Amino acid sequence: MTTQVQDRSFVKSPESQDLVETNAKLIYFSSVSGYTHRFVEKLDFKDEYVSRLPLITREPTLYAREPFVLMLPTYGAGKGPGVVPKQVIKFLNVKNNRELIQGVIAAGNTNFYDAYCLAGDIISAKTNVPLMYRFELMGTPTDVTKVREGLDAFWQQHSLNKN
Amino acid sequence: MTPEEVAQRIPTYQAINWNHIEDDKDLEVWNRLTTNFWLPEKVPLSNDLQSWANLTEDEREVSMKVFAGLTLLDTIQGTIGALKLIPDSLTLHEEAVLSNIVFMEAVHAKSYSSIFSTLASTEAIDNIFRWTREEPTLQYKAHEIIKHYEGDDPQKRKIASVMLESFLFYSGFYWPMYLSSQARLTNTADLIRLIIRDEAIHGYYIGYKYQRNMENETPERAAELKEFTYDMLQDLYDNEVAYTHDIYDPLGLSEDVKKFLHYNANKALMNMGYEPMFPDSLTDVNPAILSALSPNSDENHDFFSGSGSSYVIGAKEETQDDDWDF
Repeated sequence: MTTQVQDRSFVKSPESQDLVETNAKLIYFSSVSGYTHRFVEKLDFKDEYVSRLPLITREPTLYAREPFVLMLPTYGAGKGPGVVPKQVIKFLNVKNNRELIQGVIAAGNTNFYDAYCLAGDIISAKTNVPLMYRFELMGTPTDVTKVREGLDAFWQQHSLNKN
Repeated sequence: MTPEEVAQRIPTYQAINWNHIEDDKDLEVWNRLTTNFWLPEKVPLSNDLQSWANLTEDEREVSMKVFAGLTLLDTIQGTIGALKLIPDSLTLHEEAVLSNIVFMEAVHAKSYSSIFSTLASTEAIDNIFRWTREEPTLQYKAHEIIKHYEGDDPQKRKIASVMLESFLFYSGFYWPMYLSSQARLTNTADLIRLIIRDEAIHGYYIGYKYQRNMENETPERAAELKEFTYDMLQDLYDNEVAYTHDIYDPLGLSEDVKKFLHYNANKALMNMGYEPMFPDSLTDVNPAILSALSPNSDENHDFFSGSGSSYVIGAKEETQDDDWDF
């Protein structure tokens, strides 16, 4: 059920709610159609490695405890408002989350012309992190392998740099 | 009759309440489709006349055939397909979304007539419409799709619809993308891209509803439908290959078109929640075609391969905290 009237304030000030802490290194959004969720399942990472943003905007969003990569889809064409899902905007309205984001992986459909994976471009520009990879719908087996191996290598490198 | 008697005799009719949404996707897709609404009159097709005059005779024939074939498919989708899906709707909002799809398919079908009337003579147009009635591969796909639209299985109707929206159009869509990549018939390509954008949402939405309905099916039935989907796609694919050779052999483009078919067959399957059928080695679509479809698709966004040194982050936007309130 949608209650659009209430959503607004929670999007703007997510920290007025008790946020859900997570140590996940891959945080993702997937709508009820679940294509991105299925891609994540195919990555076959350990449960504690991944965390899904709440489907319902008014639910408390996540609070990242560790550096993470964000994955999200772009559903449709058009460049106006609504490209980045509200649930993701709410998540990134938490300053701590913006500080810990390391990269974006975007899902989309080339049929949407220049809006292909546009939400990834927007977040990459706004948070100054790389758009690491793009794939279509629920991804091909090659996409799954590239992202799985790529993220593993990325985190390995990341922890080396830290030490 | 008193109102009470009426209430006893007739079924209760429900008024659609957009303030009580059972499936958020209905509202989301409705909003997207209505935001995307367009009419062919807004595309300056006549600016392509010069470019049309410079096409070879073979190229003009391919154009006529491609657009006539697409007209037939959109006619089926608008006058039979999407209409047949309406009674299977799970929600009243789904019916409303499908009614938008029905109308847009009529707009698409009419758009091709705008292209024809801008570029071709009445005689050429009449000839090409005769061709659509006589071309066996074109009639075959129409027949295979309509068979399931008119059948008694609501899930097979959805499968047929996704096949049409997400796969069968693409042997035709290839051509304006090809010309556009060479800066030819660019306005026509702009119009086709609007159609492609709509069809992508239609395929996504109908594929999504297919999966929602699947939640109520037994595992046996789900397995049967999955097998049916792959079989039907294989059968339609074989026919598309024949159609592709008929149309594109004179230009030597058939192999290039087939890669585009594989790529889109995979996407049609994914729209229904199924795994791709063609391996990457067969879906390496000509980058010029992909780039005509989506101009930023060929940018290097594979941060993971190589050292990453070639990767450049786009211009940084200075952000304030309240920038996130968008």
